Amino acid sequence: MISLEILEDIKGKVRPELENRLRKEDKYIIDGDEIGLKDEYYQKQTRIALKNCDIIDPKNIEEYIAMDGYSSLGKIVTTMKPKEVIDIVKESGLRGRGGAGFPTGRKWETAYEYDADKKYVICNADEGDPGAFMDRSILEKDPHAVLEAMAISGYAIGSDQGFIYVRAEYPVAVQRLKLAIEQAKELGVLGNNIFGTDFNFDIELRLGAGAFVCGEGTALMESIEGKRGMPRTKIYRTAHRGLWQKPTIINNVETFANIPVIFQKGVDWYRSIGTEKSPGTKVFALVGKVQRADLVEVPMGMSLREIIYELGGGVPDGKRFKAVQTGGPSGGCIPEELLDTPVDFESLGKIGSIMGSGGMVVMDEDDCMVDIAKFFLDFTVDESCGKCVPCREGTKRMLEILERITEGNGKEDDIDKMEKLAETINSASLCGLGQTASNPVLSTLKYFRDEYEAHIKDKRCPAGSCSELLRYFITDKCIGCTKCKKVCPVSCISGKVKEIHIIDEDICIKCGACADACPTNAIIRK
Amino acid sequence: MEFIFNKEEHKEEIQKFEIFIEENKDKPGALMPVMQEAQEIFGYLPMEILQLISRRLNIPLSEIYGVATFYSQFSFIPTGENKISICLGTACYVKGAEGILEEIENQLGIKRGGTTPDLKFSIVDTRCLGDCSLAPVFTINNDVYPNVKREDIKGILEKYR
Amino acid sequence: MYVTLTIDGQKANVPKDYTILQAAKEIGIEVPALCYDPNLEIVAACRLCLVEIEGKNKLETSCSTKVREGMVVHTESEKIISIRKEILQLLLDSHPNDCLTCQKAGECLLQKYAYRYDVKFREHDGAMRPNLVDTSSPYILKDDSKCILCGKCVRTCSLIDDRKVLAFSNRGYDTKISLDADQTLETSSCVSCNRCVVVCPVGALVDKRTMGKMRPWEGESHVVKCKACQYGCNFEVLTKNKEKVAVRAMEPDQGRPLCLKGRLTTELINIDMPDKPYRKIGGRFEETTWEKALGLNEILEKIRTIKDND
Repeated sequence: MISLEILEDIKGKVRPELENRLRKEDKYIIDGDEIGLKDEYYQKQTRIALKNCDIIDPKNIEEYIAMDGYSSLGKIVTTMKPKEVIDIVKESGLRGRGGAGFPTGRKWETAYEYDADKKYVICNADEGDPGAFMDRSILEKDPHAVLEAMAISGYAIGSDQGFIYVRAEYPVAVQRLKLAIEQAKELGVLGNNIFGTDFNFDIELRLGAGAFVCGEGTALMESIEGKRGMPRTKIYRTAHRGLWQKPTIINNVETFANIPVIFQKGVDWYRSIGTEKSPGTKVFALVGKVQRADLVEVPMGMSLREIIYELGGGVPDGKRFKAVQTGGPSGGCIPEELLDTPVDFESLGKIGSIMGSGGMVVMDEDDCMVDIAKFFLDFTVDESCGKCVPCREGTKRMLEILERITEGNGKEDDIDKMEKLAETINSASLCGLGQTASNPVLSTLKYFRDEYEAHIKDKRCPAGSCSELLRYFITDKCIGCTKCKKVCPVSCISGKVKEIHIIDEDICIKCGACADACPTNAIIRK
Repeated sequence: MEFIFNKEEHKEEIQKFEIFIEENKDKPGALMPVMQEAQEIFGYLPMEILQLISRRLNIPLSEIYGVATFYSQFSFIPTGENKISICLGTACYVKGAEGILEEIENQLGIKRGGTTPDLKFSIVDTRCLGDCSLAPVFTINNDVYPNVKREDIKGILEKYR
Repeated sequence: MYVTLTIDGQKANVPKDYTILQAAKEIGIEVPALCYDPNLEIVAACRLCLVEIEGKNKLETSCSTKVREGMVVHTESEKIISIRKEILQLLLDSHPNDCLTCQKAGECLLQKYAYRYDVKFREHDGAMRPNLVDTSSPYILKDDSKCILCGKCVRTCSLIDDRKVLAFSNRGYDTKISLDADQTLETSSCVSCNRCVVVCPVGALVDKRTMGKMRPWEGESHVVKCKACQYGCNFEVLTKNKEKVAVRAMEPDQGRPLCLKGRLTTELINIDMPDKPYRKIGGRFEETTWEKALGLNEILEKIRTIKDND
């Protein structure tokens, strides 16, 4: 049977082996108890949720233990009362990293207070926000952190059964989790009589099947129960009646990954990072038009500008920054003038976006904001469960309007229509998916209204992205090589050899083949 | 086009599947794992298999059909030998994923969600693959193709023909 | 335990497990709702019954929100009315303009609320629900183009254990109500009990044997009890120009299942010129005799034998 002494023994044996292995590669800094990744890039970050990622071998439970893994769980189940555990989580100020930022400790407390023969702990690993992949990384590179945290929360609320609901699109994460659960059971940190106490906790994996809405807590529970993932109306909180109508807590992967560290290093340490209202760090998937696209973990409150320029290296290819999209389909596009906004739950909300799960997609001058709004609406329409009217019908109509605007058929009152629709969809929808579905439209309307107007009034796409609105011109860079003329599928280009060619705009189908064929970049789209 | 499910030909798979049902049927919420296993074994959900699940788990067929049509992972037509997933997440989108999808559709002559008549290729519906730093990205089976360009597609597909 | 709350300026004193919608009804305020039915599970899907509660930022559905002491509720504020109009407009945008010939006209809830909030059909070039009409059954007409996906039919069907024929399928805008694995009324395991027809608020599910016989404002109706079994389900007999033209099932109460046999029995007893009966045999509706339809062959045979022996 596992005990704190055995845990200490494993650590004593494996830690030097791990450090030796790491020393052979010139990628790490080993400083007493701390092991970190070398490189200025990582020095600018504060890694808590990602602390073991790219350091330990995720297939080896002993390396996790060498990094103090399972010591929090051991300490908690052998020396602490559930209420004390909950108080520490509350004091830490940890807030849900899945998007809404609900205080984790309060969630646990509610579930703790309800008496029931069965309670459940769910890890929401249905990371569906397109452009976010921090949960995937944690699951693949540090699966035990999640298992340990789930067992801790099970102990705190009085549950003996956990579920991890993970996207089937993440096969490696699924494999690693399966292996990790097996190893944890074998060692006795999961299963019956954990650390010789009467605490039992088991974890089962459940796979998603391709429905974004299942990231919503109650839809996820419906899905685990084997039903269509349609969100429930919240007559009761899920901490009171959740999975199979039993008290259930549901936390996201990154939230859980913070838990063992909080217990290792203490509340004061944790609260010293981040801001007063949003303590700790947040992992962002900084992607899109940035020099270095990768996961970054930074203290809450760092400005968007620092993240994008200091960590991401800014926009590549000499292009101009246009916007950064945070929060995925529920979030918004933030313009350059607001880049000094500190990143925390409240500040992002104030400027019409949300933290979300941490997707941060940078866009440059070539990206059309109307098209981006359309991309997200298309996503929402596709992923709407169809249960409530505003989301099912309203987002469809909104997408239709965006489609006609980007096709050059926008009407004068389309903006008004969308604003009115947005109001209804946001305030009348049943679940978070619908209540935030209009944010991509509202935020782009707020900060990039002129782009909408250009599409509607002048039938012009300022970013040169909406193909139906593009016009192709041949500039005087043309050397008369005739290559464009040869590839044009509708023969709309005329001109003699070694003379400047001309495109007949009435016939042009805007396929772009000429521009691709031109050796001198003489063909431009406007 | 019609794909006909031949029970005789799939005798062994059906047996394997029935064993899986037997092992899992008492688990709460067994329907999804059972359907996922069916999708995995048969490559799609033939009507005969849905009926089998309905009988064994004692769940109405209507409910099973409802679940099957709700989740995009389940399909009623066979998936091809090579499953192509094109990431359509935000990062890939701003880096031109639509063009990649279009090119693959043109090369194979099928649309998103379709299977080629020779059952060689399927383009499966995929949201973000979580490889955003490699955008645009797509996968064929377990092979990942990062930072792809339109002109690479033909060559890549050739390897699987 | 009772609580007192204020709804639209009026005080209501109701049991504490009441919802706002129930409390409002108690004092004569009708909050519009399409997916709500007191006999069915609450799903809060149509969002029409949203109300404003003082001190709360978010609007709440009155069908699913319990009353609390001192609560102040507004059911017809400017904001609520504007949202209701928009929701109704969204429903009409996907709904065919067929009120002139729709059998449900006069009893349709969508029509009622569109009138109440002055929302009209409008031209648009966007998507509409596909015009799929299932005419395979002599008893029920299912018109998906009129369906508003309130799900009442699914919930009422699933209350009877061995039925559960109806379910939602697909998702998002493409969601629809299917029978079994997308079969027709004829080929599915549907037993034509008409529970779904009774709860449908619009013209998506219609009792086919009443079609073309009478408009609700053209005649009268009276309630009779079914005599086929001890449940005694309620039926309405529709009378037009003194002729009894049709019967139709009324709301299935708790524990009352409704069934085809009962319906046919009631029809035969009460209707002057009943339509021919049909039986479903091997997934096909076939015209039959009343004796067979009501399962009376053996009984009649026996009665004849006994009479002969006398």
